[in-house]
Amino acid sequence: MNILMKLLIALMLFGATLSASAAVNVLACEPEWGALAQELGGEKVSIYTATTALQDPHRIQARPSLIARARAADLLVCTGSELEIGWLPILLRQSSNANIQPGKPGYFEAANYVRKLEIPTRLDRSEGDVHPGGNPHIQTDPRNFLPVADALAQRLAQLDPSNAAFYAARHQGFVARWKAALQGWEAQAAPLKGISIVVQHKGFPYLENWLGLREVAALEPKPGVEANSGYLAEVLAQLQRQPAKMVIRAAYNDGRASEWLAEHAKLAIVVLPFTVGADAQSKDLFGLFDDTVQRLLGALK
Amino acid sequence: MLRKILSACSALPLLFPHLAMAASDADLAKISAEIQQLKQSYEARIQALEARLQQAESTAKAAQSTAAKADEKASQVAAAPQPAVSSGANAFNPGISLILSGTYANLSQDPDKYRITGFIPGGEIGPGKRGFSLAESELGVYANIDPNFYGGLNLAMASDNSVSVEEAFIQTIGLSQGFTLKAGRFFSGIGYLNEQHAHVWDFADNPLAYQAFLGTQLGQDGVQVKWLAPTETFLELGAEVGRGANFPGTDRNKNGAGSGAVFGHVGGDVGGDVGVSHSWRAGLSYLRTRPQSREYDETNLAGGAVKNAFSGSSKLWIGDFVWKWAPEGNTANTSFKLQGEYFRRQEDGRLTYDTESTARLDSYSSSQSGGYLQGVYQFLPRWRVGLRRDQLDTGNVDYGLNNASLARPAYRPSKNSLMFDYNPSEFSRIRLQVAQDKSRQGVTDNQLFLQYQMSLGAHGAHQF
Repeated sequence: MNILMKLLIALMLFGATLSASAAVNVLACEPEWGALAQELGGEKVSIYTATTALQDPHRIQARPSLIARARAADLLVCTGSELEIGWLPILLRQSSNANIQPGKPGYFEAANYVRKLEIPTRLDRSEGDVHPGGNPHIQTDPRNFLPVADALAQRLAQLDPSNAAFYAARHQGFVARWKAALQGWEAQAAPLKGISIVVQHKGFPYLENWLGLREVAALEPKPGVEANSGYLAEVLAQLQRQPAKMVIRAAYNDGRASEWLAEHAKLAIVVLPFTVGADAQSKDLFGLFDDTVQRLLGALK
Repeated sequence: MLRKILSACSALPLLFPHLAMAASDADLAKISAEIQQLKQSYEARIQALEARLQQAESTAKAAQSTAAKADEKASQVAAAPQPAVSSGANAFNPGISLILSGTYANLSQDPDKYRITGFIPGGEIGPGKRGFSLAESELGVYANIDPNFYGGLNLAMASDNSVSVEEAFIQTIGLSQGFTLKAGRFFSGIGYLNEQHAHVWDFADNPLAYQAFLGTQLGQDGVQVKWLAPTETFLELGAEVGRGANFPGTDRNKNGAGSGAVFGHVGGDVGGDVGVSHSWRAGLSYLRTRPQSREYDETNLAGGAVKNAFSGSSKLWIGDFVWKWAPEGNTANTSFKLQGEYFRRQEDGRLTYDTESTARLDSYSSSQSGGYLQGVYQFLPRWRVGLRRDQLDTGNVDYGLNNASLARPAYRPSKNSLMFDYNPSEFSRIRLQVAQDKSRQGVTDNQLFLQYQMSLGAHGAHQF
């Protein structure tokens, strides 16, 4: 036991002397925030993204690799609004990293900077997987990236003041390109205004709000609750009275329910990337919305 | 501009040297004095002007920044109306979670006669009660205490109306350099399953090895220090000292620590950034306790019931691993988990045979081992099936002189369990488990458990 203790102490001391690298270490909870941090931070940041576009962000495990990354992070960039409630608290506690605890400059929640939709009026688990702060899937509206980028650029400058001018310049460049791209997307997506859609999960209110899509049904009776055949039949009956054009799901969603409905209600299926990295076109934030708009328009044909 | 005029003035004598030459000494002195005066007055004026300029500049800047702030505030108000923070007496209430659990058990053998042949019993072992019973209900209250500490209490309410404190600890939040200190009562960090609460187990009961070597689960009253290495690969080292009151230790009326443990865990994803489908963790732990008069009931070779007591040292090694797979790391639809642990225990000391009458004291040593391997497969979004194999080895036991009175069976207790569970949501679980338990030599206990486990209240995040 004595030898073990000595070994333990020696290892701890060895580890304590390892110095961190110069760049700001960013741990992004979701790919869209990793991509945004990349836009703003360029080569001055080193980014690790905790989840991929093919993972359900509600169901992530506090894997050992994530704990190790959280230990080294200078800045944690997450969605917030309780999207990561099932895994982030334990990650934070096990990381032993004081800099990224809630309330510290190293803790950043994007959802704090945008107007949230679907804030529940009734908080009860019988309503399914509801988020008290409002729907957390804010990344489906590109306009939301502007206030988040403002706040994130400021945060990077706060954490790394010697490069403040660099972040400000990149931020300015990003905003200019983003605003130009926004105009393009909005012009392209004009035909989508007023189109009726069915969604697999209530993950698209911000997208609907942006493009003027009308959500007539969701394939989950309650958020996070899997549809049974009875419920699907109900949705089908509803669609006969109130037809829709397409059924939308995120790349990470299981396709069975939407495929069944698409076949029976003669709907087009649109698999949206939902975030960066879901498909070959969505390699960055610009690609994400190019692809999203194109896929939606494709279903109109 | 003023500076230029001034320098021009002071350069006058240089520009017109003939003038200076022609003038008398007195004139020269007069002119020089005048120039000096002129220079001083300009200097003063310049200073005053510079000061005014600076002032004007700073006021402009301040105005600009207030304007920017106002702008920023306005856009924030427009973009994100801050959610109203609830105030009042309950605003700082901690997260409260309640686990409700109930079981129906059908056991072909009498659970009151449960023994793991060849292993000294301790702690809570056995399959529990027959028929309907309330399984352990847990009430947990956890919260951040202040910026430095996190703490919580977990009460376990058993079906016999007894309440026990399972956990009551405080721990540091982000101490520095990757250290975390924990103090109070907590589940020891040894092994893989030991730290997990009963409601997160994949089976209705803990593996046989946990029952035989740790009396189901090791709780410590003490302090724990953990250190997380600043490496990309997860590496965690920990050490604990504690009271050691629980099996395999005993309570003692002594200063100092009754038990000590060290453990290390490594983990990561297979294939780094791209291999998100696989993740793993492995560890090695060592626990040493010093039981004093650890009493237990035994049947001697003549078939009589006796009480024995052991004093000495108990050393336990645990090797553990867990490997999880999910396609693209998305556990929503399909996932698989394979886990196993191996235990090896060495006990040395003195054993009193039949404390109530014979009271024969002699040496005792044992070297025993065991482990389990289990796989749990989620084949549909809310459905899982699991298989577990338990195996123990009674190993070598030497009672010294007491070998004459006590049996030393060479037996390998084992158990096979198969479970199905359905999880209507992440807060509810209904489970069916069947098992064939051969813990007792020559006896097979066919077990069936039907169980529900529900959690309500604060959304607890679970460990890997």
